[in-house]
Amino acid sequence: MRGIRTAVSVLAGLAALAMSGGAHAIAWYFQSPASKMAQDIDTLHQYVMWLIIVIFIGVFGFMFWACYAHRKSVGHKAEQFHENTTVEILWTVIPALILIAIAWPVTKVVIAQKDTSAPDVTVKVTGYQWKWGYDYLKGEGEGISFVSTLTTPREQIEGKAPKGENYLLEVDNEMVVPVGKKIRVITTAADVVHAWWIPAFGAKQDAIPGFLRDTWFRAEQTGVFRGQCTELCGKEHGYMPIVVRVVSQQDYAKWVGEQKAALAKAAEDENKTFSVQELVQRGEKVYAANCVACHQPHGKGAPPAFPPLAGSKLVTGSKEGQIDIVLNGKPNTAMQSFKQLNNVELAAVITFTRNSWGNKSGEVQPAEVKARRK
Amino acid sequence: MSAVVHDHGHAHDHHDHHGGYSGLMRWVTTTNHKDIGTMYLWFSFIMFLVGGIMALVIRAELFSPGLQVVDPDFFNQMTTMHGLIMVFGAIMPAFVGFANWQIPMMIGAPDMAFARLNNWSFWLLPFAATLLVLSFFMPGGAPGVGWTLYAPLTVQMGIGMDLTIFAVHILGMSSILGSINIITTILNMRAPGMTLMRMPLFVWTWLITAYLLVAAMPVLAGAVTMTLTDRHFGTSFFNAAGGGDPVLYQHIFWFFGHPEVYIIALPAFGVVSQVIPAFSRKPLFGYASMVYATSAIAILSFIVWAHHMYTVGMPVTGQLFFMYATTLIAVPTGVKVFNWVATMWKGSLTFETPMLFALGFLFLFTLGGFTGLVLSLVPVDIQLHDTYYVVAHFHYVMVAGALFSAFAGVYFWLPKWTGKMYDETLGKIHFWLTLIFFNMIFFVQHFLGLAGMPRRIPDYPLMFETWNKISSIGAFGFGLSQLLLLYIVIKCIRSGEPAPQKPWEGADSLEWTHLPTPAPYHSFETQPVIK
Repeated sequence: MRGIRTAVSVLAGLAALAMSGGAHAIAWYFQSPASKMAQDIDTLHQYVMWLIIVIFIGVFGFMFWACYAHRKSVGHKAEQFHENTTVEILWTVIPALILIAIAWPVTKVVIAQKDTSAPDVTVKVTGYQWKWGYDYLKGEGEGISFVSTLTTPREQIEGKAPKGENYLLEVDNEMVVPVGKKIRVITTAADVVHAWWIPAFGAKQDAIPGFLRDTWFRAEQTGVFRGQCTELCGKEHGYMPIVVRVVSQQDYAKWVGEQKAALAKAAEDENKTFSVQELVQRGEKVYAANCVACHQPHGKGAPPAFPPLAGSKLVTGSKEGQIDIVLNGKPNTAMQSFKQLNNVELAAVITFTRNSWGNKSGEVQPAEVKARRK
Repeated sequence: MSAVVHDHGHAHDHHDHHGGYSGLMRWVTTTNHKDIGTMYLWFSFIMFLVGGIMALVIRAELFSPGLQVVDPDFFNQMTTMHGLIMVFGAIMPAFVGFANWQIPMMIGAPDMAFARLNNWSFWLLPFAATLLVLSFFMPGGAPGVGWTLYAPLTVQMGIGMDLTIFAVHILGMSSILGSINIITTILNMRAPGMTLMRMPLFVWTWLITAYLLVAAMPVLAGAVTMTLTDRHFGTSFFNAAGGGDPVLYQHIFWFFGHPEVYIIALPAFGVVSQVIPAFSRKPLFGYASMVYATSAIAILSFIVWAHHMYTVGMPVTGQLFFMYATTLIAVPTGVKVFNWVATMWKGSLTFETPMLFALGFLFLFTLGGFTGLVLSLVPVDIQLHDTYYVVAHFHYVMVAGALFSAFAGVYFWLPKWTGKMYDETLGKIHFWLTLIFFNMIFFVQHFLGLAGMPRRIPDYPLMFETWNKISSIGAFGFGLSQLLLLYIVIKCIRSGEPAPQKPWEGADSLEWTHLPTPAPYHSFETQPVIK
């Protein structure tokens, strides 16, 4: 494969030279594997590719030779044979044998890939329109829970600012895991089907609303690994990346400590009373991470699918009505449940919407959200 | 086209042939297999342009990272409608058009078995297409869910989704009626002595395809009807909260969807099996094994559907079963490719446009078949599922496979249909432009997929930029090249040289050996006797 790799790199380099703005490195093959599974997939792929290339050259060697040597223009006379049982049997049996030669090594990898038993850490990953929720269920870090959202600014997407190196592949909260440990990923979704994928680990699993599925990976080196949602999940499907940071065992323990402390603080905040200004400030950030894609920065939404919040009856009406919609979502619309956010975040974002774009309808405190949670 | 078919009537009486109507009503009321075949072909060409324009919107947006041309919502509507229109509006009707024109002529029959039903099968299509296009003008626009219409995303869509569901119902009805007609015609109206194993391979592939359609289309109708009742009548087929399962939709859809792949591919195999022997001046090699291979592919197509769903999380036994069954398809497909090459071997080859497209088909379709083999392997597929590798794979099968073979068929039979020759030089230019631009669009998409670019995204990380630029430039070249086909066909009809009865030396089916050019309005008024 190395020869081909070089040849294509040269071609790609030439193509890049021809293109303006092609300064970025060109990817044309699998990302470097960071797990044994990804390595096995790469090896299998190369094995099959070589077989294919040999067969392809063989078959089309015959075809192009016939095109060259058996032309009418060089006076070749057509022979009239049109049947031969022996060759028919041969070219049925030989491909079948080749398939068995392929199936044997592949089957072993399939079985290994499905083996999610005895994990060191189990993380539940939930797909939302359009972000990922992570809940550490078992193993070191149990109880940690956060939501991970794209951080690429809208200006970069709309071409008003230069695009950063990790354009569309950067998030606020990365999934952090220890190196060399077996991580079981349980997937599910809150609304529609999503798919969680980290190419460098060779791990991809659909996240299906109402069901649990699982996959696993064991990262063999530290570093940051990036992937994207691979199942069409609506308008912002292209904007919900997955970022996993693999760290050493010590760094992981440190990270778990920090997360636990932050969780404890958040639990305390639940009972505090905040000023309107504090809530609006915090709410603006929550809004930018969770709501802006549909309801838009100006709060006018994109009707009819995404209704406006500015001047909305719901937002300027009773607090309870709005809390219920944000907590539980509205069935059969794109408005989903935002239960995964904590009470402080919800109180903040609700207060923000009630006090922006000309709305003036008072504040909501965390305790009030807590009271409406079922 | 109307003037042309009128010309056919010269030797006979006009009123007798066109049912007494003229102008538009003649086309609305016609029950003639050639008129209906012509309408199918023009309809599919128009849909090909409409779907093509949508593809160009997609490629324009993907020329650079970031959002430039359309918003993500409209982008999703484009990918959805491009897929639906190309599959149901362009490729399938094109091959039904070929079936209408060719089957009666190739089996020695005067017309199709159910002439009025034939008229209705066609005239359902414009209504379905209108519904699809109307969905763009509904609140919320057309559905942005992908042509696979996966639940439960479909439940979130606006009223455009319902129009699409009804369009799919009508398209399915049209296909089933057309298939019943084709099966009846082939089984009952063959000329004396035309036994099943003497039929041209094109007729065989259509017989098998028609059975696939009758078996598969109701399954799709069921899937979209369940979506409709989930949307409006409170059922929960695909909603876990009510006891349903979103994955059930995918199983039902692909139980239709995989046979659908062969519904498109088998008639293409049929066309190529007529063209290659004709330009090799040598009979098709291994006729019987071609028939058996086609049947084997059709039967296997019903037990491999879940290879589209390796990432949904099946038990390991399920994954292994579907992987083994899928790789098995390589055997009969290989047999077909070997037979085609053996047909050419020691022939006396010439390379007119139909042959060029058939060779392009053979070469590129096989490449698409090989990437299919790569994708059949569960671990590799899990890495490549829903990436541009899959997009590249199925466009090699659908475009370089089905579309190239349809082009081969058009150039091959155009002289018989119109009585005139097309411009050979322009035809060859059309072939080379199509071939080059096709590979420019889709070959590089293999690299995008390997490197990890998901499909159906309007915007992408920077490392994918170069291949996307190449692909987009190729797409515009490809689109423009197809206008050349339109020009060639119109030029042929208007001012082509008169064609002889058998312009292709090696062609040997009944339409060439027994019928004058252009073919008479009622193909065989007296059935020929095949010895």
